[in-house]
Amino acid sequence: MLTQAVRPHRRVMQTFFNILVFVILTIGALPAVWILLTAFRPGSEINASPPIWIPQHLTLDAFLNLFGLNPAYAAGVPALSYLRNSLVISLSSTFFAVGLGTMAAYAFSRFEFRGHTLVFLIIMLSRSVPGIALSLPLFLIMKSIGWIDTLHGLSFVYVAVNIPFTVWLMDGFFRQIPRELDEAAYIDGCGYWQTFWRIDLPLALPGMAAAAIFAFLASWNEYQIATLMTRTPNAKTLPVGLYDFTSQFTVDWRGMCALAVLMMIPAIVFVILTQRHMVRGLTFGAVKG
Amino acid sequence: MIQSNALKTQAAPTKQDIAANRFAQQGRWFPWFMLAPSLIIIAFVVLYPMLYSVYISLTPFNLLRPETAAFDITKIFRNYERLLDDDVFWKSVINTVLFLTITVNLEYVLALILSQLIARVTWGQSVIRTLLMVPMMFAPVLVGFQFAWFFNATVGLVNNALMTLGLMAESKAWLVDQPSGMIALMIASIWMNVPVMTIILLAGTLSLPAEVYESAEVDGAGWWVQFRHITLPLLQPFVLIALTIRSLDVGRAYDIVRIMTNGGPANRTQVIWTYAGEMAIRNSRFGLASAMSMVGVVLGVAFTLYLFWQLIRSRIVH
Repeated sequence: MLTQAVRPHRRVMQTFFNILVFVILTIGALPAVWILLTAFRPGSEINASPPIWIPQHLTLDAFLNLFGLNPAYAAGVPALSYLRNSLVISLSSTFFAVGLGTMAAYAFSRFEFRGHTLVFLIIMLSRSVPGIALSLPLFLIMKSIGWIDTLHGLSFVYVAVNIPFTVWLMDGFFRQIPRELDEAAYIDGCGYWQTFWRIDLPLALPGMAAAAIFAFLASWNEYQIATLMTRTPNAKTLPVGLYDFTSQFTVDWRGMCALAVLMMIPAIVFVILTQRHMVRGLTFGAVKG
Repeated sequence: MIQSNALKTQAAPTKQDIAANRFAQQGRWFPWFMLAPSLIIIAFVVLYPMLYSVYISLTPFNLLRPETAAFDITKIFRNYERLLDDDVFWKSVINTVLFLTITVNLEYVLALILSQLIARVTWGQSVIRTLLMVPMMFAPVLVGFQFAWFFNATVGLVNNALMTLGLMAESKAWLVDQPSGMIALMIASIWMNVPVMTIILLAGTLSLPAEVYESAEVDGAGWWVQFRHITLPLLQPFVLIALTIRSLDVGRAYDIVRIMTNGGPANRTQVIWTYAGEMAIRNSRFGLASAMSMVGVVLGVAFTLYLFWQLIRSRIVH
């Protein structure tokens, strides 16, 4: 009797509560909406005083300017070169980091050898060195071998930066694949490499996909090392290129927002793809591994 | 005849023996074959540069004067002594410590509150999670530029909003004034880092056994008692994961500070990383900058230990 009387009241409260949480999170996400809107608004609205809050017109001008497709506007920022550099560096470093990191993780998960724990610890510790502390000596070393302002130079650095996380993720993944599969393969005459290549690697592909996403985003967003290692449109990446919109006294906020939207596309795709699995996925390897 | 036969079987092991032996031997070098490429690359890109950085920090190396790279055993701690006398350096150390402790503690509290709220929402979970993950779409550089723009004195969103609402008569230079500059940096950092922490704590909250809560409900425990004595203690492993991930990202504060204020004006928002960067890039004083970044690395490790110490202390309380 009592519970039935309480229930309608409770339901109203719950609805109220749900809406409250929605409002809180929407406020948190508002800055992003503002960036998106600004990229599609004409310049006159953005710097208007008093400010215009509700957009009157939407245009693609900022994006046309970015790619030099607007004949009335001389492209000041070589955004296409930056995009190309970012893509080449992120994709190549992701490929090698995930490949080599997966190999190393397999060694940790399947074999006992001298120095197992120590080597694992060294690899993990190398991840905790802040980028800026690393970038100063790296700059001097890369300068002496002529790898400053080259695509392969920065890509090489990112491979090393992304290996530790791949090893951590894949080690947990391989540990979940039963060892009996390997033993069966050995008995059937497979060597170690064959067992890895034919048995374990295909089973670990989902883990490699996750590792690749993280490695790609880490390279795509990296700024501290890139800002020291690249100088010209030959190798500058998008995060470094954002600076081109600032001059000594003024900042082209609209152009910057357009480039920002461009930069966010991989992350947006990633969020949409993983939003369902994120809550479980982020902690799954860590708790069990 | 018989003897020679016996000898023969002893001297020549069967095919299977040879194969097994070779297999065991391969098992010894195979893990190193798998590890070698990763180890070589990490050694070249991380270990060697860090050792080199330690060496440089002991010399007065200036990029524009290569002869200064010489190593003088009598003056090896010269850079570190200089740092002790440098007021700006001390200010940057204080700023760094303040920045990290305040942001991480606030991030933890906010993430805890948000995760508890989200866990109790009964519909629209996927929309809520997408909204929550919006800041994760932003690279740290973008977060920096975004908040630099919002707090801008002339065209900034914050000034515009406050003035439109009539809460402020004239525009305020948020990033120039003190302490609003540091506060703006902290807001940017918190906005960027809360989602990941919330997701981890949310995952933890959702994995807690429902029976415990049911029996607590039967015993008449209110939500605060349940939170304090069930949720919080059981969440500790997830807090550990969140803090570990966060402590690895300590260096990312550089991106935000570099872009929003670059340590200025007049070193008001200087942190160790921006000061080291300025010394190296603008003044070419790599020796001094390396010494600073060594202090920064030590501080980062100390900060990680502090996080774990806090965690252990909170465990004892419960």
